[in-house]
Amino acid sequence: MAYQLLKYALGGEYKEPRFFRDCQTPKKSYDAVIIGGGGHGLAAAYYLAKDHGITNVAVLEKGYIGGGNTGRNTTIVRSNYLTPDGVNFYDASVKLFEGLSTELDINLFYSNRGHFTLAHSESAMRTMRWRAEVNKHVGVKSRVVGTDEIAKACPQMDLSCSGKSPIQGALYHEPGSIARHDAVAWGYARGADSMGVEIFQNTEVQGIDIKDGQVQGVHTSRGYIVTGKVLSAVAGFTPRICKMVDLKTPIVIHPLQACVSEPMKPWLDTILVSGSLHVYVSQSSRGELVMGSSLDPYEFHSTRSTFDFVEGLTSHIVDMFPFLSNVKIVRQWAGMADITPDFAPIMGMTPIKGFYLDAGWGTWGFKATPISGKTMAHTLANDKAHDLIHSFRLSRFEEYELTGEKGAASVGH
Amino acid sequence: MKLLKCPINGTRPLSEFIFGGEWRDMPNPDTSSDLEWASYVHYRDNAPGIKKEWWYHSPSGTWFIAERNTLTDEVLATYLYSNPPATNVKEQSA
Repeated sequence: MAYQLLKYALGGEYKEPRFFRDCQTPKKSYDAVIIGGGGHGLAAAYYLAKDHGITNVAVLEKGYIGGGNTGRNTTIVRSNYLTPDGVNFYDASVKLFEGLSTELDINLFYSNRGHFTLAHSESAMRTMRWRAEVNKHVGVKSRVVGTDEIAKACPQMDLSCSGKSPIQGALYHEPGSIARHDAVAWGYARGADSMGVEIFQNTEVQGIDIKDGQVQGVHTSRGYIVTGKVLSAVAGFTPRICKMVDLKTPIVIHPLQACVSEPMKPWLDTILVSGSLHVYVSQSSRGELVMGSSLDPYEFHSTRSTFDFVEGLTSHIVDMFPFLSNVKIVRQWAGMADITPDFAPIMGMTPIKGFYLDAGWGTWGFKATPISGKTMAHTLANDKAHDLIHSFRLSRFEEYELTGEKGAASVGH
Repeated sequence: MKLLKCPINGTRPLSEFIFGGEWRDMPNPDTSSDLEWASYVHYRDNAPGIKKEWWYHSPSGTWFIAERNTLTDEVLATYLYSNPPATNVKEQSA
């Protein structure tokens, strides 16, 4: 083994191929430019090439691919939302996720765990029943379960939560899963690249040219690019990109923090979420507990971490699992979440011709990666919003047609 | 622990405060069109920078204005809405 390794190291030619070409100089023009090399932007590039044959596309990423919120979420995939529009949309995403490892020929470690949303009060139980009925109505497997079933699935949990907020039941969502988030970005990048899409890392967008209400081109740190279609898929940077085209949105940026524990032997099979305790937790394939909480309480454009977050989160985790009190936290981080007033994304056309938005992903973006890519590619190719994203249009706010997703989008809202 | 200065009660821990969103000029609801009103309710620039914001000191029930850099989290000034500073704001400890 050591000899093999030494031979490989000294051989000079490394067989492991790059995932995508190392593009440095953009062409003068592209059919479409995608700003943001996260999961959403790369998925849109992939489906533009695969579903619509549009391969003359550049993806511009300010940092490195998957280094933004794609690599900062807690990797949960689910579709147990509250509104039929939301449930249908995320269900389509779950279905794409289930076949994605095969399609992209990369192991996403997609792991179907089952997902419990714990209810600690009668009013929370009412919301769970509501969500279960909406889910069943559109054919998504969700049902309300009692404490006996929760205890069976997770015998390690203190169902009284240290006597502070006893669990009364839960919404059980069978398709709930976790996946390796970086691999989603890499898989889509490789797929898009192999069909001709060019991916530029360390490339910052500095301005967008508009004439007569139509996009003309993009100023970047690698020069000017002529294009008639620009997709902004930049999550927490959306207000900065929108400012370049003088577009106002209801998006407010809040940091969202998460952390992981030291690795342990596998003991937590399911994904557990508690809206009342502001906690979600699952165990990764590496054995670490991946834990998240609610948003930081005020607008802030930064990815700094705070001690307040770890202190608050871990006290609730120990309420649920007293035996974890000696376990160490090994990493914490934050992402910039682009929050909308109705906890649904903003997708599709804008008043500017050729400028498309894939934004407002707040705390619910990773699970939507495949379907947002697919529907945004359709929207760019046909210059008309895909049916699945009609209710997520930007103009819903001035038409007073907000969605009602607040009860199911995340925790602590 | 992060601190914020309430204009009435002095410097207090941030956990006592609630963020009330960006301060914006309200159009006259009787004369504005539906679109103007919707723009006021929903649309905002929200790119990072120095913003005038509503904050609420919860224990004392005090609403006040903070001028804060949303990129660096530095608070430049806090004052009551009825008592804005006459000159340019100077940096306060926060």
